Amino acid sequence: MNESTKEILERPLHGVYRWWGDRVFLAVAVILGISIIALGVTMAWVLFREGSMAINEFGVWGFMKGRVWDPGVNFVFGALPFLFGTLVTSIGALAIAFLPAIAIGIFIAEYAPRWLGGIIENLIHLIAAIPSVVIGIWGIFVFAPWMREKVYMPVFLWASENAPSLLPIIGTPIGYGMTTATIILALMIIPYTTALTRDAIRQVPKEQREAAYALGATKWEVIRMAVLPYARGGILSGAILSFGRAIGETMAVAMLIGNKNTFPFSIFGPAATMPSVIINEFREAVGNLHLSSLMAVGLALFVISLIVNLIAAYIIRKHSITGGQAV
Amino acid sequence: MENKVKTENIKSSAMTTTNEIETTVEKKETSRVRMEAKNLTIKYGTNVAVRNLSMPIYNEKVTALVGPSGCGKTTFLRSLNRMHDLTKSAHITGEVLLDGNDIYDPKVNPVTIRRKIGMVFQKPTPFPTMSIYDNVVAGLKLVGIRDRKLLNEVCEIALTQAALFDEVKDRLNAPGGSLSGGQQQRLSIARALAIKPEVILMDEPTSSLDPKSTMKIEDLIVELKKKYSIVIVTHNLAQAARISDYSAFMYLGDLVEYGKTKKMFQNPEDKRTEEYLTGKFG
Ligand SMILES: Nc1ncnc2c1ncn2[C@@H]1O[C@H](COP(=O)(O)OP(=O)(O)OP(=O)(O)O)[C@@H](O)[C@H]1O
Ligand SMILES: [Mg+2]
Repeated sequence: MNESTKEILERPLHGVYRWWGDRVFLAVAVILGISIIALGVTMAWVLFREGSMAINEFGVWGFMKGRVWDPGVNFVFGALPFLFGTLVTSIGALAIAFLPAIAIGIFIAEYAPRWLGGIIENLIHLIAAIPSVVIGIWGIFVFAPWMREKVYMPVFLWASENAPSLLPIIGTPIGYGMTTATIILALMIIPYTTALTRDAIRQVPKEQREAAYALGATKWEVIRMAVLPYARGGILSGAILSFGRAIGETMAVAMLIGNKNTFPFSIFGPAATMPSVIINEFREAVGNLHLSSLMAVGLALFVISLIVNLIAAYIIRKHSITGGQAV
Repeated sequence: MENKVKTENIKSSAMTTTNEIETTVEKKETSRVRMEAKNLTIKYGTNVAVRNLSMPIYNEKVTALVGPSGCGKTTFLRSLNRMHDLTKSAHITGEVLLDGNDIYDPKVNPVTIRRKIGMVFQKPTPFPTMSIYDNVVAGLKLVGIRDRKLLNEVCEIALTQAALFDEVKDRLNAPGGSLSGGQQQRLSIARALAIKPEVILMDEPTSSLDPKSTMKIEDLIVELKKKYSIVIVTHNLAQAARISDYSAFMYLGDLVEYGKTKKMFQNPEDKRTEEYLTGKFG
């Protein structure tokens, strides 16, 4: 116990880590970290193994480009309808949700008095907390019929009188289809985009705002010149993370999209996405090739989600601003 | 430049035999009162940071605020261009006059006030995603100036005044965040100068700078006071002595002593001022 200062200074540095608590913590952290990675790798590997039959049969590109998904008669499986459905609904949902979500985020973080901001935030949390199957039910019984009556039918009737050539593009207005699913998806990702926008805005240092105020900026000018540029990385990556959620969203979409498995789709007509086809068909999949094709779709979904998240992480890194310095 | 300051100081100190500065100044026509704090009390919640402070700020003079850490210098400085409007807990009573008009009058728009009364903060605050050029002209763009030639001109003048132009003239399009700390501070100064405020408030503007840039900024301040009124908070007493015409010593939220810098540094009235200036505390 009676070490001189000299002895303490001369003790090798790694001695610091001899302490038990440190070692236990390190071990736990390493094990947990490794198991998370292992879990991801195992999942990808299982999907690949199970999907390899389909991939061997059609080839990677043949499978991804195949426009027909026919498990009933010809046993031909192509993933393009679902790839397309997923991308269109997700991009559409993000396009619809992005500006309103950012506006709400700015409003909560900058303008709303605390009580009002609190109410709005709670409402938004509430939307985020609704199980997606409940949103699906609401969509089936309320939203889709309403859209059909108020939007799809009038447009369809107008087109059939004035521009019959558009009818195939517009599609049958049954109410359940790509547009309905896209709008519902937008509704479901607004809470995420809003919350991430609000967080990004709240992280802008006070000094940045004050610098803009000191130049004689009005509140809106401060937001435009100091707040949004500083927060843009967070806002963008938030949007991309929301996009990732839209890609993976399953239940509500499966309930509302109408589930048509073959390309091409029409605007109002039924369609399908990667998650929706998996959830709708995996129980009835009897043939091995059918099951394997669903697994391959799952693998594609896994890879796409991974890429989207990596892009979001890259954007955060690229735009992150530390100590007043843009990296 | 140094010489000029010295002669001016000597001249003015020769005229001041008593500490009745106001009467002296009235006689001297060039120094009119530009701003004035009257019975100013500033609280954060219930905590009083500045207590019943009254003092003038003269036109075309440098006024230094000195005092130990936490005595309320920043708090007072920020009250002079309504920066406290942004701090919810801050509560202000009393008056701050600019050319005789209370800037806290409900009819007054704080945005106009801040355009007239510029501010340089202790920490450099360039907008990190904007280019150096855009940083400097940011305030001008706010008032709708789009004329490229004019903007270029102002940018060069402001950067030159802030002693930064030579270092950045070849990379005006680089992001403001890519500069060193000291350069960022001079960029912040250039940005404040570009909008040509009438009064410039500086909160320890040189505390993050090396001696050479500090000297450049001091020269700049002396140069600027030909046209502007400057209030500067500093912990560097030598700096206050070098560049300021008037000094205010604050202690625990009170204005203990205010007067001509020369007089205060050579012959302080209050014992606390003397102790602070001679390094006994603070
Ligand atoms: N935003 C704030 N909220 C609450 N109290 C504050 C706030 N800013 C400052 N204070 C308090 O007000 C007092 C004066 O602070 P101020 O920043 O004006 O001191 P200062 O003289 O500028 O000190 P320094 O030389 O360290 O910068 C301090 O007691 C401080 O704790
Ligand atoms: Mg301070």
